[in-house]
Amino acid sequence: MSADILVVDNVTKRFGGLTANANISFSMKEGQIIGLIGPNGAGKSTLFNCISCFYNADGGRIVFQGQEITFKDPESICRMGIGRTFQIVRIFKDMNVLENIMIGAFLRNPRRKDAQARSEEVAGIFRFTDKLYLKATSLTISEQKRLEVARVFATEPKIMLLDEMMAGLNIHEIKESVELVLRLREMGITLVLVEHVMEGIMPIANRVVVLDYGEKIAEGTPDEVINNEKVIGAYFGQKYAKRRENKTRIQ
Amino acid sequence: MKKGLLVFILFMCILAAVPQFLRDPFQCHLLIMIMMYATMSIGWNVIGGYAGQVSFGNAAFFGVGAYTTAVLLVNYNVNPWLGMLAGCVLSVGLAVIVGYPCFRLRGHYFAIATIAVGEIMVVIFTNWDYVGAAVGIYMPILEESFVNFEFHSSKIPYYYIILGMLLFAIAVCYAVEESRLGYYLRAIKDDPDGARSLGIDIQKYKMIAFSISAVLTSICGTFYGQYVLYIHPSSTMDLMMSIHLCIIALIGGIGKLFGPVVGAFVFIPLMELTRVYLGSEGQGIDMIIYSLLVILIAIWRPQGLWALFSRGSK
Repeated sequence: MSADILVVDNVTKRFGGLTANANISFSMKEGQIIGLIGPNGAGKSTLFNCISCFYNADGGRIVFQGQEITFKDPESICRMGIGRTFQIVRIFKDMNVLENIMIGAFLRNPRRKDAQARSEEVAGIFRFTDKLYLKATSLTISEQKRLEVARVFATEPKIMLLDEMMAGLNIHEIKESVELVLRLREMGITLVLVEHVMEGIMPIANRVVVLDYGEKIAEGTPDEVINNEKVIGAYFGQKYAKRRENKTRIQ
Repeated sequence: MKKGLLVFILFMCILAAVPQFLRDPFQCHLLIMIMMYATMSIGWNVIGGYAGQVSFGNAAFFGVGAYTTAVLLVNYNVNPWLGMLAGCVLSVGLAVIVGYPCFRLRGHYFAIATIAVGEIMVVIFTNWDYVGAAVGIYMPILEESFVNFEFHSSKIPYYYIILGMLLFAIAVCYAVEESRLGYYLRAIKDDPDGARSLGIDIQKYKMIAFSISAVLTSICGTFYGQYVLYIHPSSTMDLMMSIHLCIIALIGGIGKLFGPVVGAFVFIPLMELTRVYLGSEGQGIDMIIYSLLVILIAIWRPQGLWALFSRGSK
């Protein structure tokens, strides 16, 4: 048993009177894929921002490889090896594809030549080789999301936090995303995915954490979570959950 | 890019040869002013263009450069070239002191804060007796030589000194553009939060850019003091000068290496010639003309005049 690479311990985040995250805890091991799901407004992105230190949690601790990171800033987090993408794509609009990836690659390759060589490698992995000199904004949404992942990958993270990388994609593109995630795991990267697209996340996640109204309501393997009464209640309403329960009892 | 380099070398050769053909000292003065403003505007471009942090306080560095050199020369008999170095050090110090709080501000608020800093400097220097207050400082007349940084019989040595400074500024800016720093500055301009998420310490890189900007502006301050031999607060740190630096970069092409050079060659003649030929009313007329120009460029060439030359190339 290896030690946990990331531990989220009782994290609480409040915005004024609103508690966006209340005492959330989970932990993950190296090489796992964790799915973070929940209805809109459940606090998934807030938790993401706490882990990547765009927000600092009001309570609790976040520990990465045995080191507490709760109150660090986003740039040092990235240097330590936690990379993230954003829910709304944030590529550099005035740059081409190669330059976008280079901004990430510069973190570990200060010299321009090295950064460029490394970026071309990364572009190969993410199938951008024939699009290197296209303007980033001329890519399709699905390509832009992939570019964002490529850019983070170039910083050589140990953990990648991917915020809704499958949202708004068609079935074919979702399949590609899933393959990409699996390939990242093969390369030894631990992944946390915030996702609404269940057919994307459920087949690949080792474990799923479900949030609702800022609280963790379930955690387990995808199969366990799908059949969890609370989760069904959160997604379809308590009424539906009750009705479903009655039905199974009758059967 | 090879072709671009050839054009650049040709242009510099022409600039180096021009004094042989000048008959009128005013023409020489005009070219000196063009190159001085081009140098400073390149400095402005590093922070305002590449990093997108619009500064209206850069004249303060010009003032610090001019005053440091002048005070050291008059009071302590320090060589102006050493004074120039001291000016650079103090300007970087000022950039760090101003940048530390101001870089926490985003967008327009940073610009407003720099206006305030520039104006505070004017008020301080206008009331500070040690540096001549509102009267200013006269440089002592020394024997003319390169070491003394003073020439009385001809403007041509000044011409070559400022040409050297312009080359230095271009070299610095080119080095920035080609290095990690240049890429990071563009990323910071494009999306500061995205930049942070990729491990970029945006405060640090803005500070480096601001310091480079300060040095390039400060050496021009020293040059100006030694050229005119008289400085006072409103000639060395006026808000209008900061705005000119911004407009020159804007006309020429923001965030482009040669943008400010092109901008200076268009803007400064316009400013100086209208001032000379239209007499005292010229001040108003050149303002009207350049406002028109800026509006026209904003409509037809938002990338600046440099875009006219660089079409096709990178």
